[in-house]
Amino acid sequence: MKVLQVIQSAYRATLEEQDDTIVWITHAMKGAGADLEVLLRGSAVNYAVLGQDASGLSFGSWRQSEPPKIAEDVAALIKKGVGVFVVEEDVAERGLGNARLVDGIQRLPRAGIPALMDRSDQVWMW
Amino acid sequence: MAIGKYMVIASRDPFESRDVDQLYDLAAGIVREGNEVTVFLVQNGVLPARFGARSEGLTKLSARGVKVLADEFSLRERAIGGDQLVSGVTPSPLDVIVDHLAAGGKALWH
Amino acid sequence: MATTITFALMDPPYESARSTTAFRLIDIAARRGYNVNVFAYEGAVATPFAQQKAHPNAVHGRDAAQENHPLPKDWVAALMQAAAQNGGKLDWVNCGLCVDERGVAEVIEGVRRGTPGDLWRMASESQGTLIIGTR
Repeated sequence: MKVLQVIQSAYRATLEEQDDTIVWITHAMKGAGADLEVLLRGSAVNYAVLGQDASGLSFGSWRQSEPPKIAEDVAALIKKGVGVFVVEEDVAERGLGNARLVDGIQRLPRAGIPALMDRSDQVWMW
Repeated sequence: MAIGKYMVIASRDPFESRDVDQLYDLAAGIVREGNEVTVFLVQNGVLPARFGARSEGLTKLSARGVKVLADEFSLRERAIGGDQLVSGVTPSPLDVIVDHLAAGGKALWH
Repeated sequence: MATTITFALMDPPYESARSTTAFRLIDIAARRGYNVNVFAYEGAVATPFAQQKAHPNAVHGRDAAQENHPLPKDWVAALMQAAAQNGGKLDWVNCGLCVDERGVAEVIEGVRRGTPGDLWRMASESQGTLIIGTR
């Protein structure tokens, strides 16, 4: 079975979780033998942008020593053989047309999403 | 190649979420690829199905070959009677989603 | 072969209409005698939390018995019973790490602890899977 993971909710509790929970569960399932591809759409395309920095938060005497590093987590998925796509129009609409994205990420026009969905057995839209 | 069967479950309304229009476009795009698509409106997703609401997106969907169903309970909960529905939207029990899953179809929640 | 379907849920109780819709779907499947898997992820792990308490509601003018306030843990228990009565099973798996970070380990009988690998296994053995994410 092959599953397309569609990630569209962006920066939801990522500071508390130290990651994006859907990127995380994708890593965990890949480790359990899952065959997965990932589509970043909507504002989640920002996960592919290099230079994200969530460091430095502190609340009173508590300091966050291990902030989320989402672009690194996305890059690690690609290194594990998971195909990761971003929707071109969503990238452009957010002013990221010329931005440097994670190496190996694949740009997909919105019109190409149905064909990407067709090649998976299931589509999980998170 | 076998025809893919998709159920796109729309729980948000276009007044709150601009993304709903893109969801409708995605459903139409899946049909263009040669698949069968049902858009199932549930929760606030039924709000644009009321005649007089901003429902052009749903009307266009129906014209583009997408079957559009609306959850009977969500309609009743929001006082949308069957005679108030825009053309192309049919009230339906939620059972059709379970039918679809049991038959091995792809289901997308939005 | 028995029909099996899987749901992944993410919303905590009392926050979203999505939870109610998910329960309606599970109810339909349970009444049919299907095997139903639920993988509760993130806030959804509080759904079967055993310490949920009903309350009276002065605004509604009802005491606790009259109010009959819904407790999602009771919905889970009722659906487990309904599935069994109809020849199926509701297998509810709570993501263990999500439980720990929220301190909601005390759950009703029949709910078990698991990992994302359980979601993959359950989905692989199902005719269909529906992910109901959160926002």
